[in-house]
Formats: sequence, structure tokens, C-alpha cells
Amino acid sequence: MTRFINKKPDRISGVLLAALPFAGLVLAYWIGSEIRLAENPNDKILPGLEAMRIAVERLAFEQDRRTGEYLFWADTAASLYRLLLGVGIATVIGGIFGVVQGLLPYMNRTFAGFTAVLAMIPPLALLPILFIVFGLGEVSKIVLIIAGVLPFMIRDLAMRTEELPREQIIKAQTLGASTWQIFVRIVMPQMLPRMFDAMRLSLGAAWLFLIAAEAIASQSGLGYRIFLMRRYLAMDVIIPYVAWITLLAFTMDYMVRLLQRFWFGWLYKEGRL
Amino acid sequence: MSAISVSGLWKEYGRQVVLEHIDLEIESGSFVALVGPSGCGKSTFLKMILGDEVPTRGQILIDGEPLKPEPDIDRGVVFQRYSVFPHLTVLGNVLLALELSGSSFWGRLWGARRKKARAEALDMIECVGLTAAVKKFPSELSGGMQQRLALAQALILKPKILLLDEPFGALDPGIRSDIHQLVQRLWKEEGITVLMVTHDLSEAFTLGTRVIAFDRLRKRPEETSAYGATVTFDMKVDKPVAPPSELEADLHEAQRQAAQ
Repeated sequence: MTRFINKKPDRISGVLLAALPFAGLVLAYWIGSEIRLAENPNDKILPGLEAMRIAVERLAFEQDRRTGEYLFWADTAASLYRLLLGVGIATVIGGIFGVVQGLLPYMNRTFAGFTAVLAMIPPLALLPILFIVFGLGEVSKIVLIIAGVLPFMIRDLAMRTEELPREQIIKAQTLGASTWQIFVRIVMPQMLPRMFDAMRLSLGAAWLFLIAAEAIASQSGLGYRIFLMRRYLAMDVIIPYVAWITLLAFTMDYMVRLLQRFWFGWLYKEGRL
Repeated sequence: MSAISVSGLWKEYGRQVVLEHIDLEIESGSFVALVGPSGCGKSTFLKMILGDEVPTRGQILIDGEPLKPEPDIDRGVVFQRYSVFPHLTVLGNVLLALELSGSSFWGRLWGARRKKARAEALDMIECVGLTAAVKKFPSELSGGMQQRLALAQALILKPKILLLDEPFGALDPGIRSDIHQLVQRLWKEEGITVLMVTHDLSEAFTLGTRVIAFDRLRKRPEETSAYGATVTFDMKVDKPVAPPSELEADLHEAQRQAAQ
């Protein structure tokens, strides 16, 4: 009798096992929904799968009578635009600044303490300030995402840069590299995949800030819609939206990983990706 | 090819004296093996020659000129680990040195200049026997191959001095003797001055034309921080010989004491 710790599922049972919790969740929901609907066919709290399908069809494939838009897709586009712009800007600025901070002792001494303190500000507490300064439009939402993600980006990249073996920096100098050349040829190429890692890790936080900003002041977006629908207890819309947001987040994470493997073969071969 | 002259050198970290009274004249073109127990400051000495550490007192001259206080292309180096860049292929690693000097902004070459540099790099790669692996990344190479690559990379700019910091310490014995032959061949061909730190005495006496040992003269525990190590043994080696037994016994004793 082998120990349980040494038993591994084969391929097919592995896939089945991975699917099990998802199936369990759907089943539990379905049972709960059936019980409630049997008691009261107009129950709104746990709508049946059929009711949710109808709601999604209405939002995704029928024009809204007031605006003429397909709300589901308009919401998705608005949210993705804010999210990608915010995370993109934060990654570029935070990545470059973090690497510079980690590489140059003067920059590190000047900014390491400052960024460490900035990172302690709860970004949501900044939201009123951002609304006052930037108005209720797109800018304040994007700035919230940037403000929330940037300190983490800077600190993560600075730490990764400091972890580079000192030998590499010395070696580069014996090959005649200037500070700038060390940055562009030695450090940046090795830190790019780390920037993508940091971006992946901060996507979760970015979604949180996005939904919070959309919930408070917005006319469109996935977060706006679910908080609007809350007033009508429209769980048949809210639940599919939450599932959709989850799927979007998962897909983005997966795409970034694929890109990393494609671009950074050297790291993948090392088994570090 | 360059001579190194060290006079009155001291190195202290705070109140901890690491090296004291180091006076050395190293002839141009010699292969100096530096041995000593762990913690005797031999790597610190190498770092000072490299320009990564600054002496507390004393001076180092290279061909009569004061040493530049930061690493540069005059001094090539191979460390025990992390000497090559993991994000570049074998060719990329060797080519890098030529690209950095050829293009100060981008550090990259294009067109005819790249072709010329590439040919030069490939020659060097052939010289260290890595032609079959030009497109591989360092992580796909064995430890011995990585050190061969590091040698090629360090030598392509023809430095005056080659510094080796326990370069073969992590290699298997069989691979070691191969790479010993390579180092000896490159040293003779390029005519450079080599300074190698090692803790392997037989390696020191096989490769070196001169073997220098650092050790502390005062070894009582209460004295170790106030007195640093200095040159305790200095011998010219004309042909490979077995290490003298008294040196071996000394080092053994020092290691044993350090371990306590």
C-alpha cells in the first residue's frame, strides 16, 4: 500500500478532478435555486439558469431601448478600456522607475523610503480626492488604478533588480558597459519578464479598484451595471456579470503567461516561468 | 600583458582588519595562483585588483599607472558563478562585449559591422570549444561549458589582466582537467597576466608560474579581528610540481582552526 502522498492522478482523472469543484458549485447553486423557486416561482435571489440565459440574451444581443447600445458589450468595452489603460501605464512607468531605483544607489537612497510609504496609502481612500481633482469622467478611474498598482510595481521591480547577482553588473563593466548600457542590455531584458509577472499579480487589485470606481460614479462599465442592478435585486444579471468578469480576468492572466513564454524563451528553458 | 605592483596594501572593514602589509610585484605575463584558508582575504584582494573594492591604505599600480577605481576593459574576470548573462545565447554573450564597445547608445551592432563582430565572436567560441552550442542559452549548458563561455567572453576584448575567482571550484574533476588545459593554452596564446584565486593547492601548482599564499600570522581568537592576513608563502613554479607538504599542512591547520 503506497502512501497517499505518493499517489498521483493520471491525465484523464486529473482533468476530471480539476472540473469537480466547478461542477460542484454549479450543482449546489442549481439545487438551491430549484428549492427556492419551488416555494416561490417569482423568487429573485437565486434565479434559474434559464432566467439568467434570458437576461444575458437581452443585454448582449438586443439593443437597449434608451441608448441603442448592446449594454453587455458596451459595459465590457468601457471596463476593459479603463483597466488596460490603467494597468498598462502603471506597468510601463512603475517597471522602468522600479528598475532604475533598484539599479542606481543614488535613486534607491532617494526613493526607496518614499515609495515604501506611498505604498501604505489605501488607494480607495484616494478616490474622493481623485474625483475632486479629475472630475467624474474616465481620468479619475484610470488614475485610481494607476495609483493603486504603481507603488507595488515599483517596489517589486526594484527588489527583483537588486536580486540580480552583483557578478553580472561587474562583468558587464569589465566588458566596457556604461551605466546606460548596463540598463538597456543587461538589466532591462532580464527585468521585462518580471514586469509581466508583476502585471499579472496586480490585475486582481486593478479589477478591485475599477469596480469600486465604477460603482461610485459612472454611466457605463461592468461594475456600474452590477451595482445598478443591485437596486432591482436583479440577480439574473449580476451573477452572469460576475462570472464574465472572472472569465475576463482569468483569460488576461493566461494571455500574459502565453506571451511571456513566447517572448522569454530563455527564462522558460530555465524552468523559472 | 601587464605588470601589477602592490605596495603597503591594507584592507579594513570597520575595525575588522582583513589584509595587512601586502607588498607584491607581479611580472607581466605571469600566472599567479593565490591560495589560503577561507576568510583570508584572497577574494577581497582580487576584488581590489578588479576595482570593485577600494584599499583602505596602500596602492596598486598597473604598468606603473594607478589602478582605476572601478572595473573596466583592462581587467577581465571569471567568477565561480553568474559570470555569463542568462538572457543571451552563447553567441550573444560573446558578441555583447564587441557590441558594447561598438555602439555606445544601443549597445547593438547592425549590418556589416555586426557581421564582422559575429565572425570574431565565433572564432573565440571555437577557441573554447563551444561551436556546437552557439545558439544555446547558459541554462542549457553544463557548469564546465558555462565557464568556457565565461572565459571566451572575458578574453574577446583582450584584457591586460585576467582575474579568476575560484573559477573551477564547482566543476567535476574530469571536466576540471580539460578546462585547465584550455586556460593554460589561452594564457600562453594571449600572453596576458593571470591572477587566479583557488582553494585547490594542486590546481595552483599545476597552472601557476607563481604560487602565493595569504594567511594570518596571529591566530589567537582575540587577535583575529585586529590583525589581518598577509603574504606567508611565495614561490616561483617553473614546471608543474606537487604542492610542498609544509604549505599543505599549514593550510590544513588554518582551515581546521577556522572551522572551530
